[in-house]
Amino acid sequence: MTTVTSPSYADAVAKYEAVIGLETHVELGTRTKMFCGCTTEFGADPNTQVCPVCLGLPGALPVANEAAIEATIRIGLALNCRIAEWCRFARKNYFYPDMPKNFQTSQYDEPLCEDGWLDVDVDGETVRIEIERVHLEEDTGKSMHVGGATGRIQGATESLVDYNRAGIPLVEIVTKPVNGTGALAPEVARAYVTELREVIRSLGVSDVRMEQGSLRCDVNTSLNLPGQEWGTRTETKNVNSLRSVERAVRSEIIRQSGLLDAGERIVQETRHFHEDTGQTTPGRSKETATDYRYFPEPDLTPMSPDPEWVSRLREALPELPRDRRRRLQEAWGLSSLDMAAVLNAGAVDLIEATVAAGAKPEGARKWWMGELSRRANEAEMELGALGISPAQVAELQGLVDAGTLNDKLARQVIDGVLAGEGDPKAVADARGLAIVSDTGALTAAVDAAIAANPDVADKVRSGVHAAAGVLIGAVMKETRGQADAKTVRELILSRLS
Amino acid sequence: MIIHKTAAELAEAIAAGELTAEAVTRAFLDRIEAVDGRVHAFLHVDAEGALATARQVDADRAAGRALGPLAGVPVAVKDIVVTKGLPTTAASKILEGWIPPYDATIVARLKAAGMPILGKTNLDEFAMGSSTEYSAFGVTRNPWDLNRIPGGSGGGSAAAVAARMAPLAIGTDTGGSIRQPGAVTGTVGGKPTYGGTSRYGLIAFSSSLDTPGPVARTMLDAALLHEVIAGHDPRDSTSIPQPVPPVSAAARQGAEGDLTGVRLGMVREFGGDGAEPAVLAAYQAGVEALVKLGAEIVEVSCPHFEYALPAYYLIAPSECSSNLARFDSVRYGLRVGDDGSRSLEEVMSATREAGFGPEVKRRIILGTYALSSGYVDEYYGQAQKVRTLITRDFEAAFAKVDALISPTTPFAAFEFGARTSDPYQMYLADLYTIPSNLSGGPAVSVPVGLADGLPAGLQVMAPTMRDDVAYRVGAALESTQEPRLADQVPDVADKEL
Repeated sequence: MTTVTSPSYADAVAKYEAVIGLETHVELGTRTKMFCGCTTEFGADPNTQVCPVCLGLPGALPVANEAAIEATIRIGLALNCRIAEWCRFARKNYFYPDMPKNFQTSQYDEPLCEDGWLDVDVDGETVRIEIERVHLEEDTGKSMHVGGATGRIQGATESLVDYNRAGIPLVEIVTKPVNGTGALAPEVARAYVTELREVIRSLGVSDVRMEQGSLRCDVNTSLNLPGQEWGTRTETKNVNSLRSVERAVRSEIIRQSGLLDAGERIVQETRHFHEDTGQTTPGRSKETATDYRYFPEPDLTPMSPDPEWVSRLREALPELPRDRRRRLQEAWGLSSLDMAAVLNAGAVDLIEATVAAGAKPEGARKWWMGELSRRANEAEMELGALGISPAQVAELQGLVDAGTLNDKLARQVIDGVLAGEGDPKAVADARGLAIVSDTGALTAAVDAAIAANPDVADKVRSGVHAAAGVLIGAVMKETRGQADAKTVRELILSRLS
Repeated sequence: MIIHKTAAELAEAIAAGELTAEAVTRAFLDRIEAVDGRVHAFLHVDAEGALATARQVDADRAAGRALGPLAGVPVAVKDIVVTKGLPTTAASKILEGWIPPYDATIVARLKAAGMPILGKTNLDEFAMGSSTEYSAFGVTRNPWDLNRIPGGSGGGSAAAVAARMAPLAIGTDTGGSIRQPGAVTGTVGGKPTYGGTSRYGLIAFSSSLDTPGPVARTMLDAALLHEVIAGHDPRDSTSIPQPVPPVSAAARQGAEGDLTGVRLGMVREFGGDGAEPAVLAAYQAGVEALVKLGAEIVEVSCPHFEYALPAYYLIAPSECSSNLARFDSVRYGLRVGDDGSRSLEEVMSATREAGFGPEVKRRIILGTYALSSGYVDEYYGQAQKVRTLITRDFEAAFAKVDALISPTTPFAAFEFGARTSDPYQMYLADLYTIPSNLSGGPAVSVPVGLADGLPAGLQVMAPTMRDDVAYRVGAALESTQEPRLADQVPDVADKEL
């Protein structure tokens, strides 16, 4: 056997072209399951959210969930797809214990939505990802393998199945092959899943949480030499975070290029991504492909969405995330880099709401991206869960703008708000936090500082204005920070001129 | 004597207070006790449950509460229809011991109508067969000749009614499983329009063909039972959301014996090749009786009917191969070989090997093949095209005539074992009944006389949702018989085996 060494990523992408494809499964957040009335809530005790239909008991029949069909159509519309005028569910037949009927009710050659696209931004460039299809199906149950060391089926002594998840509506979104992205392929993959997640979240049809499995992604990767036919692809599963999407593509590019360099061939197979090592290991081989024996689901009538209804859904789509980001970036006067930081901090909605509550964009961004982000990081919390509302931040900034608070006092007010003492104005009043604007009291404090520091006062008098800092500090200390530093400085200079 | 009364007579007597529902139910339970040892129509008798329902009806009547048209009239249910708390086996070892946790919609309707459920009747395993010889729990004997088959798959329901063990029974008809047993036991069998009766809780054999319907001694009784179980069911997506055709009114109209102005078509392609001469003679006598009632008989051509049998034996097995996949030992029913030394796949395989009988296996294998990649278009796809052509043949015929007539089955009850060695010889029993299953239209089998001492049936096929037409014609024919076959009692108890 030939020795296979792993080339560097740079060498790999210098030599080969990567073609990627993404299959994303999104669990819809409908109240009930796809074909029965069971609740879809996450986290219940195993097998407590089941009925004859989702357990596949003899005689039970499915009834399609209209809300799930609507959600799928809305996803298709947001992804610029053509909505089928007539289509059917199909049975995908294979045996697996977490599938109660040993067939999955899915769609085959007649998906609800076809031929769309999604633009994503990578490195300041727009990449258009073509969408092959968006279809609706049911989720399977969840197997747990116990008694082994790894939690996987190998070595386990017992397998347990939880059917709570069985029958939850699942939307599958499949891209066409994406090629020509060069070394950026891993980032494109990540950007696509990120953007897709944003789009679906904006539609309000799923909570799209990768860690809970409500958004799951399989990544197909193949390599070819420039000018040659596309290579054999592998399908990588267990990609459970956005970062993993990028890492999985990168690691698969490196692995495959090592094999190709050594003259080996790529095996068409499913591979399993490992979060800890960043590597993939082989799963089941697809070379002896399962014959799913698809045929139209005879228990369900065809779907024929009324074109008028579809156009109403199209008109009612919310502003899509990318459009919204562009609008806000312009309105807030941010660079792409600043906007990216806001996005990463999850602060877009908060800043927008703060601006809507009357704050200037710059002020709103300053609080959320600065002080409040810092505190959220310290507390290891989501920014939005910190305990201060956009309206309160707007009120706080209003007090600063009015000269009532300076930044230092404002931070104390935030302490009070987070401690549940009320809105900013109320906190400032209760804690007696306000800039001292009574000139009499200030003049007295200035005079006292001058008297206490004659040497410094002389320096200032002789024109060394920088020395005034010591006096300002003394005044601020005397007034417990409640004076406006600028006013104090002006007062000192006028006294000593 | 109670057991010789028709269901309509019993209902009237109970409503009038001449008989109690309890006395009626006891009479049939006693009859079961007396003769079912020889006939073996029942797989399970629920005396306690039936009597409880009967007493409730008596109490309701005493309290002056309104009673349904068949309140207190007992009914037997084919053991492929699930009954909450009562064993339901589909006559298969793979489901032995399973107690369903829910009621089929039609069972719920029987209960709501105050009809005591006497028990569950025998059938060919999963309704696959025409003789009830493929039951895993022993054959049912034809009350007219205990050495002969009672038809199938619903031989148990037909024999129970013929032998006066139940005034009414529920059957299911996928290719003739209500009508052919009706014909060979001298009872009435109605296959409603597909979608006219709910399939929810009917253990699926072939989802696009399965149709529950009534088994009775007279057309009026069948019509009354039809009206109890029919009507839209939101749990069955293929259920038709339209009013139930007025079948009991049609049966009463037909009983007046006037078919003036009614045009009946005889299908040229059902010329009788291969049919038994005595059966054809009985049928011809029936046709002459219809003419005497004023019906106009014309010949019509349905050129694609000759492909109905092969198309059926691709579609039904295809769907069955998928529907029966759920019987895998994981969630319910039989489990074989789970001794810790075998993999899940091996246990599934051993269970299905031990749990399914030969005819079921034959059809699963046939259907798996017909759906497999590379063959699906050629077999399943072609069969669906034939199905469309057959439906068009019916439409063209019904443009010229009100209903089509034919013998129900080419041959009268045959002796046990006569057709089990050659599946095709068994399949021929459904030659005339299958087209209505493929088109979805309604059809009834009505006793037409005796062929060499064995009952023969005449089939009336009507347009979709015009079940009333079939009942009217059937009831008219019934009115010409003196004495009615329905009133001739095969004396089961005196026959020697």
